[in-house]
Amino acid sequence: MADSAVKPIIELKNVKKVYGKDVVGLKDVNLTINKGEFVVIVGLSGAGKSTLLRSINRLIDITEGDILVNGESITKAKGKKLRTLRRHIGMIFQSFNLVKRSSVLRNVLTGRVGYYPTWKSTFNLFTKEDKQRAYDALQQVDLEDKVYSRADELSGGQQQRVAIARVLTQNPDIILADEPTASLDPQTSRRVMKDLQMLNEKHGMTVVINLHSVQLAQEFGKRVIGVRAGEIIYDGKMSDTPASTFDQIYSGGDQDE
Amino acid sequence: MSSTEQEKLMTLPKKKLKILNWLWVLLFVAGLFISTNETKTDLGALFANFGEFADIFLQMLHPDWSYLVTVVPLLLETIKMAILGTAIGSVIAFIYSLLIARNIVKNKAVTGILRIIMNIIRTIPDLLLGAIFVAIVGIGPVAGVLALAICTFGIVVKLFYEAIETIDPGPIEALTAVGANKIQIIVFAVLPQVITYFISYCLYAFEINVRASTVLGYIGAGGIGLYLQQTLQIFDYPKTGTIIIVIIIVVVLIDYVSSKSREALMQ
Ligand SMILES: Nc1ncnc2c1ncn2[C@@H]1O[C@H](COP(=O)(O)OP(=O)(O)O)[C@@H](O)[C@H]1O
Ligand SMILES: [Mg+2]
Repeated sequence: MADSAVKPIIELKNVKKVYGKDVVGLKDVNLTINKGEFVVIVGLSGAGKSTLLRSINRLIDITEGDILVNGESITKAKGKKLRTLRRHIGMIFQSFNLVKRSSVLRNVLTGRVGYYPTWKSTFNLFTKEDKQRAYDALQQVDLEDKVYSRADELSGGQQQRVAIARVLTQNPDIILADEPTASLDPQTSRRVMKDLQMLNEKHGMTVVINLHSVQLAQEFGKRVIGVRAGEIIYDGKMSDTPASTFDQIYSGGDQDE
Repeated sequence: MSSTEQEKLMTLPKKKLKILNWLWVLLFVAGLFISTNETKTDLGALFANFGEFADIFLQMLHPDWSYLVTVVPLLLETIKMAILGTAIGSVIAFIYSLLIARNIVKNKAVTGILRIIMNIIRTIPDLLLGAIFVAIVGIGPVAGVLALAICTFGIVVKLFYEAIETIDPGPIEALTAVGANKIQIIVFAVLPQVITYFISYCLYAFEINVRASTVLGYIGAGGIGLYLQQTLQIFDYPKTGTIIIVIIIVVVLIDYVSSKSREALMQ
């Protein structure tokens, strides 16, 4: 992968985020992520990992700077343009964010909603291909037998895999995952990480994951970014990163308010 | 430390006698006396005329069953008014609730102004609304339906927007991230979480409307209430009795079915 043409897919330029008057989320972050990378972001809780990730698809509006996705500024995008850019960015959440009262199939199909005009999606007029696409995605995460179950009947690990199937159905270029394993047991966590690895290796999606488990980061990450107090304090290949670096990233005490 | 302080730890401390609470009680009692005086309420009259009351009651207990032929169609009209009023009011409340829920509409000025309008509407009593609409559209069931629609709106909008504001925000975030627009977010992330509540609130409003609609005729807003008033005026108490008994049966029946359905919905 390293020898393929290097093409930036996410670029953060002097990005600054201040919450309210003076709570610093990010201070002057510059970062380039290339197509096909598998990046893990590590840091203490409160370091700014979620802020960094969520500004990439603009779930958070940044205070200063610019963010380019596929060379286009998402910071300046509005309305339809913003929604189209978001369509190319999938997201996996710590709390899965499924619609619990809806079926697994309907949850997976929501990955396609951005491709539909309002009235068609409102009346559930998904095409046959998209329904098949959703079913294929469920097969890839081994949940095809749950297709008509209600989402809240599934275990945490299964719900997260439904979320992965949703992202697969969305078919984005980029996947952002904000501590996707934080509420799962170690075994389920590895399964979810493997599914994310599959998205990266088999489907060529660029994956950026916030993790607070150093072990999982070391096992799956190709590139590691260390964040502390809103700043990137380390950036390097995982294979070149000694264990002591993680100690440094996690030093400096708890930064939680 | 001192012994008194230790005692405090051992025994349950006495609730402090709040002087302010007693002041309130005093104020209310005084207010009650002043207002009975001011309005010249004569509680004595209630007891003095008790004999007459008993007499009317006895006459009503011998209902005129032949009057049923007239009463039943009227009652059906009344129920139709309630259904129509509930339907119209619920649809408006549905849209309005989405516009004043702060997790859907982020613009505080919009939600704020719409909420003030809602609160003003909610304060108008149903009979007054009926009277207003009778003045606007004339005597008849249309006035009643409009009054009931606004009542329904007032009941449903308040309960429903509060339900919307307590939903899990996770799915909204997920749909936003996927590139969905506002309406798609509502359809896919919001409604599945609240639609059963909405139906339940509409049924609840319907129960109230059935009761209210029986009285609206009193002021000329259609339905059975008009006959309630007429039979009373000509002292035809057996007929009044028939009307009241039929109303009670229907109200109890509808209440029962509706509250059972609401229970089933919430499971
Ligand atoms: N919505 C918010 N309002 C105010 N402060 C926030 C908000 N979100 C995050 N913060 C603050 O920004 C900093 C970074 O938070 P976050 O990005 O969530 O860190 P992490 O994901 O690494 O735990 C913390 O100090 C946090 O308290
Ligand atoms: Mg976080």
